[in-house]
Amino acid sequence: MRIERRTHRSTGVVAIGIVTALLVMVALGSLLIASTGAPLLASWAAMARGALGSRLAISEVLTRTTPLIFTGLACAVAFRARLWNIGAEGQFYAGALMLAALGSGLLALPAWLLVPALLLASAAAGSVFLLGPALLKRFLNVDDVVTTLLLNFVMALLVSLLLQGPMRDPLSMGWPQSLPVVDEAVLPKLMSQTRLHAGLLIALACAGVVALVEARTSFGLQRRAAGMGPGAARFAGISATRVVVMTALWSGGLAGMAGAVEVMGLRGYVTGDLSPGYGYTGVIVAMLAQLNPLAVAPSAFLVAAVFVGADAMSRASNVPSYIADVMVGLSLFVMLGTSFLIGYRVKR
Amino acid sequence: MNDSLHILLTATLWAAVLRIATPLIFGMLGELLCERAGIVNLGIEGIMTVGALTAWFAVYSGHGLWTAWFFAALAGGALGLFHGLFSISLAQSQHVTGLGVTLLGSGLASFVYSAAVPSGGSPPTITPFAPLVLPGLGEPLLSATAPCYLALALAAGLAYLLWRTPLGLAIRLVGEHPQGAQAQGLNVVAIRYGCLCAGSAIMALGGAFLTTAAFNSFVINMVQGRGWLALALVVFGAWRPGLGLLGALLYACFDAYQLRLQALFPGIPYQVFLMAPYLLAIVAMVPIARRAIGPQALMVPYVKGER
Amino acid sequence: MTDPATPAVPALELVGITKRFGDMVANRDISLQLQRGEILGLLGENGAGKTTLINILFGHYVSDSGRIRIFGTDLPPGSPRAAIAAGIGLVHQHFTLAPNLSVLDNIMAGTESLWRAASRTRQARERLRALSAQFGLAVDPDARVANLSVGQRQRVEILKSLYRDARILVLDEPTAVLTPGESAVLFETLQRMAGHGLSVILISHKLDEVLRVADRVAILRRGELVGEHAASSLDRARLAELMVGRRVLRPQRRPMAPGAAVLRLDKVDTASTHGGPGLAQADLVVHEHETVAVVGVAGNGQHALMELACGLAAPHAGTLEITGRTVRRPRAGGQHARGVARIPEDRHEEGVVGDLAIWENAILEDLAEPRFVRYGWVRRRAARAHARELIRDFDIRCTGPEQRTRMLSGGNMQKLIIGRGLSTGPQLIVACQPVRGLDEGAIAEVHARLLAARDRGAGILLVTEDLDEALALADRIVVVQRGRLSRPLAAPDFDAARIGLMMLGEQEFDMTRHEN
Repeated sequence: MRIERRTHRSTGVVAIGIVTALLVMVALGSLLIASTGAPLLASWAAMARGALGSRLAISEVLTRTTPLIFTGLACAVAFRARLWNIGAEGQFYAGALMLAALGSGLLALPAWLLVPALLLASAAAGSVFLLGPALLKRFLNVDDVVTTLLLNFVMALLVSLLLQGPMRDPLSMGWPQSLPVVDEAVLPKLMSQTRLHAGLLIALACAGVVALVEARTSFGLQRRAAGMGPGAARFAGISATRVVVMTALWSGGLAGMAGAVEVMGLRGYVTGDLSPGYGYTGVIVAMLAQLNPLAVAPSAFLVAAVFVGADAMSRASNVPSYIADVMVGLSLFVMLGTSFLIGYRVKR
Repeated sequence: MNDSLHILLTATLWAAVLRIATPLIFGMLGELLCERAGIVNLGIEGIMTVGALTAWFAVYSGHGLWTAWFFAALAGGALGLFHGLFSISLAQSQHVTGLGVTLLGSGLASFVYSAAVPSGGSPPTITPFAPLVLPGLGEPLLSATAPCYLALALAAGLAYLLWRTPLGLAIRLVGEHPQGAQAQGLNVVAIRYGCLCAGSAIMALGGAFLTTAAFNSFVINMVQGRGWLALALVVFGAWRPGLGLLGALLYACFDAYQLRLQALFPGIPYQVFLMAPYLLAIVAMVPIARRAIGPQALMVPYVKGER
Repeated sequence: MTDPATPAVPALELVGITKRFGDMVANRDISLQLQRGEILGLLGENGAGKTTLINILFGHYVSDSGRIRIFGTDLPPGSPRAAIAAGIGLVHQHFTLAPNLSVLDNIMAGTESLWRAASRTRQARERLRALSAQFGLAVDPDARVANLSVGQRQRVEILKSLYRDARILVLDEPTAVLTPGESAVLFETLQRMAGHGLSVILISHKLDEVLRVADRVAILRRGELVGEHAASSLDRARLAELMVGRRVLRPQRRPMAPGAAVLRLDKVDTASTHGGPGLAQADLVVHEHETVAVVGVAGNGQHALMELACGLAAPHAGTLEITGRTVRRPRAGGQHARGVARIPEDRHEEGVVGDLAIWENAILEDLAEPRFVRYGWVRRRAARAHARELIRDFDIRCTGPEQRTRMLSGGNMQKLIIGRGLSTGPQLIVACQPVRGLDEGAIAEVHARLLAARDRGAGILLVTEDLDEALALADRIVVVQRGRLSRPLAAPDFDAARIGLMMLGEQEFDMTRHEN
């Protein structure tokens, strides 16, 4: 028996693959629910209601989708050029810190200027954090997975250092946090009485830009060529260094913006636990979207829906909300498995 | 100043160092074994969490401490097998597979714990390992528990395995040059699977230590990035158990001593000292990459022969 | 040597070995015998199928049909372990040594049971010392392989096989990386081994050496065994002829008067590349309306020449002029715009990005052209139209410009690469192994295109290992050997046998500087 690559990926096979994936997910999820003794159908219903069943629910899902779109895009952009950015978590905080530093009164600008300026600065902060590992990889062949991962922890310590020290809000009681940002930097709400803020629109706009650049610009073509065929790219005269640097700036920038938007839209200040792992989940979101920028937003929405739905399910029945983590983790493997089956065929 | 130096000599500090270092040593050794065979196992964080829960749960359900450790190792090995299915047999990206395992492992552990233990109130405790009385000394040395000695023995054992046995040589060759290993008649796939499972089992023991020796209960998110630190220690120790062990002890010194370091160096926040191992690991990676230290076939998926 | 009284069970017997990779037949029905204590030379040019055959023997590949018998017993296919157990030792062309491990480690790995509690290092060391003495292969067991010279590494590779009691030793191009002195030592060693009863298969390009040491030679050409002779019965000229052979008639070229120079190398030195030595004091001129073929065995400096002509490298010394412009720094990107069409050696690794669409690959070299990219935006309609033109003009069999390029067959991929280069009417065409791996029909098409371009006014630099191709297409032939370029031979003076010998290093060639 041998495994051979398929020459044609017919839509039929792909469709079967997606349906199989969904069925497997439902089956595994049901297993988990059943193991706790909770009623199956009622739990699934609670999850569906909790995620999509009301205005409030959808707004909550969309709120949690926003940072995931940013980090998902950051990872997709990087991975497509074979730059393994696992550091989106650290870049997230870099952007948040930069926002807090500049946005709590340092820059006196009207809102329509302040917000873009802050976004740009936060993006720059995120980029800087990724540029180091990217250049180390390009010129010294140092593994980017480990360097970006380790920088996450450096960043976490840096956040703790700054929040306990120079950036601490003296008026805060309890946990250390930064000074709140000025009113001009707060993003307006999209739906009243919910947490949903205009950051979602910025995120979707970014998704659109990324998709457009990747598909339509010469830069996007060069990136894909450099990522998928480095030898041919070199032969055609595409500069690998330029591609790496631009990719690092772009990916780090998107992750930095994730942090900034989260502060500007939700909290208004930075705390040590601002991100419940958005950077890492971004990797999963990007992989589930098969690195396609257009698929990142729906993928982020699905992942966020699972988490919000699981919260609701845990309140309605005895199923712990961590079922979301398990399901999202499993979905990754289901996706890897089905994409393998779609791409390959077993031959006798 | 004198007080701080004086504290350096107290047994309580060194006991703390051992307690902090031991899970790191297990994690480091497990990851080292995987990487020596050419596989980066980014699932370490999740595997340690699963190990922690399994051991705790086994004791909570009435089993003995060492039986619980056996179960933890089994759970770790199972996750290693799962990882291998995707990263070896399906030749998928080791990075993605590993991160998926971490997410899955952590999520599963949190899920099972929340389902099994009713929330509210303080987490239920178990009776952990007591400090081991050494036969010659008549009293425990630095409050070290049995697993601490196990970790040290394991480090020595792994070093012996890798450099003094045929299996160790085969593992190293697989990690350096799998085609060369194949040309010597070795079964590269089997060796990779074996190291991945065994390494994951050892990692899980690191988690088990947390719930059955360092502390006596399970808390969600209790691994707190120790897995990633163990990963850095492997690099920092240039893939040698002895150096990795020293690195773990060094980090533990900083961690145990952190508040006192603040007093010793008043101008420098303690976080700087905690950052040091990560930054040093990154710096250490540069000459390592240039001088080709470390298994050269690390992270390269192995595809047998056919063009 | 063999005892006449015993029945001669051949040490090795290959019966009807056939192996296909997709459409390409690498080995076709090969049957061969090897006796005890015999040295067999296996000859053939690149792509003839020698390495595939050896990989099948050693178990790296599995043949589609056929059998292998070692001393009368069938060999289980596909298992290096079984091959080693049967006594086959392979000294790979690209060494299978781990640079980070020591010599002793590399030799010992896999030789003891993995369940053993301790390696028997002392005994291994002793055994290695004895073998080294017996066969005259001195090595330091504790040296790190990364610190060894190529010749020393080869000794380790050989010792690996001897350590495992190989009775049949196969060496794949062993002298390609050795100095003449080291080669002489190697051959002494081989004869010593044969004297001890080992059988040896020696794969090589170098006729002189093979004839000196081998008892018999077998010649492979295009996957088939075309001759088996006792070494003493052949002369070199005849051997060269057998190796390069005669082939299907190709499009004829008509003589034309050459025009202005489009490529000029003047006393050029370059650095060595991973593909072989650099050029040394190289002189070369290519004019419009002419094809200059640079022939030679792989690894003699063609890679450096190709990088130079394609704009990927610049000379250390001397002058390089491409389409009239002096080149001081590498600039691969602007080449097409400057009138240079390039066909790289490896179409999969360098020619196209497999996962991109055909139209994307069609414009990959032209991303600075306003025709295809305006203000950073790709003009898809123009690009797709261009791709459709290429598909039509060059008869590229595909489902359309959107198809992923990896789906194309080798011939069609090559036509795409040629088409995108030729579409702008270039002055210089650099073609490296343009028909490697293609079937006869595709070969004829490609050659027709190249000749047509030359007729229209292009100058072609053809770098090839295929002497037949050069003879058919070239107006002038230059031989490259160890980084040196010979004086060009003009078409009426082409003597295939003599050129073949020059390629193989048999005959010294004239290196005097040529005119214009």
